[in-house]
Amino acid sequence: MAHRIEAALKESVRDARGERIKREIGHFLHLPVDEVRTIDVYTVDAPLTQEELQQAAAGPFSDPVIQEWSIDRPLAAGFDFAVEVGFRPGVTDNVGRTAREAVEYLTGRPFAAGEGVYYSVQYLLKGAFGVSDVERIATGLLCNTLIQRYSVLSAADFMARRGYSPLVPKVLADIKTEVREIDLNVSDAELLRISKEGVLALTLEEMRIIQAHYRDPRVVAERAKVGLGAGPTDVELECLAQTWSEHCKHKIFSGTVQYEDEQGNTQEIKSLFKSFIQRTTKDVRAKLGDRDFCLSVFKDNAGVIRFNDRQSLVFKVETHNSPSALDPYGGALTGIVGVNRDPFGTGQGAKLIFNTDVFCFADPFYEKPLPTRLLHPRRIYEGVVEGVEHGGNKSGIPTVNGSLVFDERFAGKPLVFCGTAGIMPLEINGKPGYEKSIQPGDLIVMTGGRIGKDGIHGATFSSEELNENSPVTAVQIGDPITQKRMFDFLIRARDKALYRFITDNGAGGLSSSVGEMAGECGGCRMDLAKAPLKYPGLNPWEILISEAQERMSLAVPPERINEFLAMAARFGVEATVLGEFTGNGVFHVLYDGRTVAWLPMAFMHEGLPPMQLRAKWEPPRHDEPAVEVKGDYSDDLTALLSSLNICSKESVVRRYDHEVQGGSVVKPFIGVDNDGPSDAAVVRPILDSFEGVVTAHGICPRYSDIDTYHMTANAIDEALRNYVAVGGSLGLVAGLDNFCWCDPVLSEKNPDGPYKMAQLVRSNQALYDICMAYNLPLISGKDSMKNDFYDGSTKISIPPTLLFSVIGKIEDARKAVTMDVKRPGDIVYLLGKTGDELGGSEYFALKGAIGNKVPLVDTGRSYRRYQAYHQAVMQGVVASCHDLSDGGLAVAAAESAFAGGYGISLDLSQVLWKGDVAGRSDAPLLFSESASRHLVTVHPDKRDEFESVMSGNCFASIGVVTAEPVLAIFGLNGAAVVRAGLAELKEAWQKTLREL
Amino acid sequence: MKKTRAIVITGNGTNCEAEAAHACRLGGFDEAVIAHIAEILSGEIRLDDFHFLNLTGGFLDGDDLGSAKAQANRLKHAGVAGTGEKLVEQFTRFIAAGKLILGVCNGFQLMVKMGMLPGFDGDCLTQRTTLTFNDCGRFQDRWVYLKADPASPSVFTRGIGRGIYLPMRHGEGKFLCDGTATLERIEREHLAVLKYSGPDYGAATMEFPLNPNGAQHAIAGLCDPTGRLMGLMPHPEAFVHYTHHPRWTREELPEEGDGLKLFRNAAEYVREHLLV
Repeated sequence: MAHRIEAALKESVRDARGERIKREIGHFLHLPVDEVRTIDVYTVDAPLTQEELQQAAAGPFSDPVIQEWSIDRPLAAGFDFAVEVGFRPGVTDNVGRTAREAVEYLTGRPFAAGEGVYYSVQYLLKGAFGVSDVERIATGLLCNTLIQRYSVLSAADFMARRGYSPLVPKVLADIKTEVREIDLNVSDAELLRISKEGVLALTLEEMRIIQAHYRDPRVVAERAKVGLGAGPTDVELECLAQTWSEHCKHKIFSGTVQYEDEQGNTQEIKSLFKSFIQRTTKDVRAKLGDRDFCLSVFKDNAGVIRFNDRQSLVFKVETHNSPSALDPYGGALTGIVGVNRDPFGTGQGAKLIFNTDVFCFADPFYEKPLPTRLLHPRRIYEGVVEGVEHGGNKSGIPTVNGSLVFDERFAGKPLVFCGTAGIMPLEINGKPGYEKSIQPGDLIVMTGGRIGKDGIHGATFSSEELNENSPVTAVQIGDPITQKRMFDFLIRARDKALYRFITDNGAGGLSSSVGEMAGECGGCRMDLAKAPLKYPGLNPWEILISEAQERMSLAVPPERINEFLAMAARFGVEATVLGEFTGNGVFHVLYDGRTVAWLPMAFMHEGLPPMQLRAKWEPPRHDEPAVEVKGDYSDDLTALLSSLNICSKESVVRRYDHEVQGGSVVKPFIGVDNDGPSDAAVVRPILDSFEGVVTAHGICPRYSDIDTYHMTANAIDEALRNYVAVGGSLGLVAGLDNFCWCDPVLSEKNPDGPYKMAQLVRSNQALYDICMAYNLPLISGKDSMKNDFYDGSTKISIPPTLLFSVIGKIEDARKAVTMDVKRPGDIVYLLGKTGDELGGSEYFALKGAIGNKVPLVDTGRSYRRYQAYHQAVMQGVVASCHDLSDGGLAVAAAESAFAGGYGISLDLSQVLWKGDVAGRSDAPLLFSESASRHLVTVHPDKRDEFESVMSGNCFASIGVVTAEPVLAIFGLNGAAVVRAGLAELKEAWQKTLREL
Repeated sequence: MKKTRAIVITGNGTNCEAEAAHACRLGGFDEAVIAHIAEILSGEIRLDDFHFLNLTGGFLDGDDLGSAKAQANRLKHAGVAGTGEKLVEQFTRFIAAGKLILGVCNGFQLMVKMGMLPGFDGDCLTQRTTLTFNDCGRFQDRWVYLKADPASPSVFTRGIGRGIYLPMRHGEGKFLCDGTATLERIEREHLAVLKYSGPDYGAATMEFPLNPNGAQHAIAGLCDPTGRLMGLMPHPEAFVHYTHHPRWTREELPEEGDGLKLFRNAAEYVREHLLV
């Protein structure tokens, strides 16, 4: 019989968790609430004595200073309604798992199979509301019904029933491990039904290819030898669906595109990935010659570049959009702990040194109606922010750089980009650290978490648009501590050469990880019955494709297996041998000795012909708004500073540990009050060295409304100019491209597919052009191609978005430059020219317009200027530098001024202009987002030195830092067009998201 | 010549082991060993072979049962393989031998929940205080001014002038006592080594964000009456060089960061008192 142990705060103790819920009830649901108190509930389903229960309650389950506890007796009192929220069966319950371990330490007895501890929270609400209000609170705030269950009791019901009775959310399933054979000798309509109902995300053409494979008499004969029938087993079909999913196979990026430009010129592109992304890296590397620093690109889980003579840097950025739309907390948490496994599973394994996060959301204050099934943007915001907070902080990896980007269309799908970098010795046990191999005979070993039904069909479901029937099981909850334990063990095992190959278990689970590993040596033989399960009742296909988290797959030489397993046991990490690698060309899967899948590797990996795609570019024409001419733009500036895309994100950033590991050099917030926004991050991964790693990013989806070519060019330029601003070296910097697109495949429900595909082609063209000019090799990336919501009536597609991240080096981190002005009297320079380029700007967005004149990147001039500026930084003559992006010069000047605590006085007539002089006026000078510009301050003593280093480049002295705390900008006619106090500007910038 | 030896325990969610070991070395320890808890439970590494124990920052067991609770339970009940002794006995022996323990953040939470602090009358296994959720309800990473008590017995803060500036990074740092008697005794015996204050290190403050968590009497750090055991929520190992300081690009700062002093004091104490 199960027991309930409750732990409640003593009456005198403030309940911070309850107070937060109370605030949110008022804020979100506009319901008056007097008080919210909370109680922790542990449901113990194991045979413990009364004394042991008391020891657990008084020991690990409660804090004697602030809590009281009870066993099988409710502690709740003085409330109107109680809501108890716990997990649904099978959902990862981290607190429950830790509680169970604590009881095991107490009693010295391990739990038997099927026993467990389950965690839930009881919320006690006091206020004048009815049952329906409480239901709204429960479903709207306290509980995500996809993964959690809840139960509401009024005070009267609670008394009558003497509180809640123990509820054990154990997975109850029939223990039958079934393998079905699927008949593919059916009509096309039936083939499509099989794909749709099975969430296989396979097209008719793909289903036909599979059908043809199974009709091949040689295949039938080979299958008969291993005891399989003519049709595919469910294990095989599911495995193919994973391997061939858009998520895993990148069919759009590897497809053949017929592209037609606005003049009707046509071009056939065989694989965007090969033609643009891979070619960029190949050509940049050739151009760099013996200065090439790339070590491993595109072939592993993350890219690897040289850092110094002994160490390399590893970096990967991923997205986790679809799961975050359904369960923002779990989806985002899984996103960050998932991307951690990429650098960890690169080469022989890297130590993780920092995370980066970029989130794209709709307005958290959104007040219009939303389609059912879409969560409110504020809930997504809260959940994602908290998920990444827990994932990053608990893993002990500093979150050093990121952004929040807002656009209403992200209501259809939020974008959650999570990046992780690592450091890895160039040589490990006498071999290159970034290389690994598998030999036939090596053992297949899985380490870390157990397998459950969580995350089944994650890869295939994210390859479709979000719809009302998106599967519940696609969501997982990450467990950073299980993963941390595994990493602590594996990094030590790496240094003892206990394994030969390591990779991550992510999308597609074992079918992907072992499938790809088998590709390294030519086959494998694996028995799924050996895999450790969270609970019984999983069918073999579910075991094969489950995306249950915190797992790595390894190849362990047979002679090291005993040492490997013994060390795993000592470190409390589960490790299981599932089979061995072979060289017979077959992905061979068994269940308890019986063959359940027998797939020729060649068919699995190369059986799919390239997708055929149409792309037609028709440049959009937007209304060209008249630029308002007025005498004072101060109000426009404060409105821009308060806008969601520009305002301070400090309330979010402070929730992320950006200093753990002890190498922080340039933090996210700097300046006289530690609250000015940094352009890029600098960290020292080796504590007794001053070599710094610099990371930055660029993202500007608004420009996609005009032309994705320029969106991409600006994103890359923004990343590089942020990187350059703090002192990053142009000699060692690499890029990562993360494409998040709306579905570009023409279909009945997607009639503008060819336009979106053309947007993708143009983005890739820019990627090649700009990276070549900037000597930026692409070392890794990812695409997520189905960021749409469609419920049959409403369709929301995100704006095409490229996140461009850069990673590189500053030789001496003590030379880094920050964006806050330093001293009155310093000269203010603007590097680069400004043009009439308000198209897609924040300024136009403020006025409800888009415009057409998108900023154009002039890579030749900017690259030379970036090089000269870097020289100035190395000579120590730069006092501050801030990049110009959203909101243009006026916003950058305001930020630098209030960050430094001194005023700035600027003269717009001194600003260098490019293009038609007819467009030169105060508004574009203030707010144009022309690319490649920096606002720099220099001490008057260093003036000559700075100007001499910069000579031959476009730059101008445009003003001075002042003691008076005022931003004063003088217009073309000599009168002040902006005059505002720093306190007022800072308040405008800080107030928008301060309370979130 | 005998060596000064520091140990940093890691595993199950400890995150700051590398920089803590680095700070020990910079502070003057001849050796700083990072030991995984598995290596201690297996008997490979013994606390007895060290002089200075670092319980450092992280999220032990995810702080799932409240910060550091599960580890406190583990240390009390887990046995060391092949010895027949519980791990907690190594701890009490270490303390009885007059050696030093510094708990930072999660390590401070662990010391408090095991009862090592405030450690009245040599009782290091009775919990009298706690560290719980910040009043603001959220994890915070920000720098704080810590006013030092010059009359404190702590060996770690000797020679610190008015105060030190350090980063805090926690969600559960609000210090609370089990009653006024405990709080009064802490104050009377000058055990509240460090308190949150303004930039002048003047009066202790309850004002957010200077006091980021709402700690009782603004207490940020606590020592036992011997001064050899100390814990604090902010991170001294995260400010050992001027480039750690959030304003290093605009202020003239000495080469060494404020946090290093704690490790220098520990190394000096070990050399003077424990190397015999």
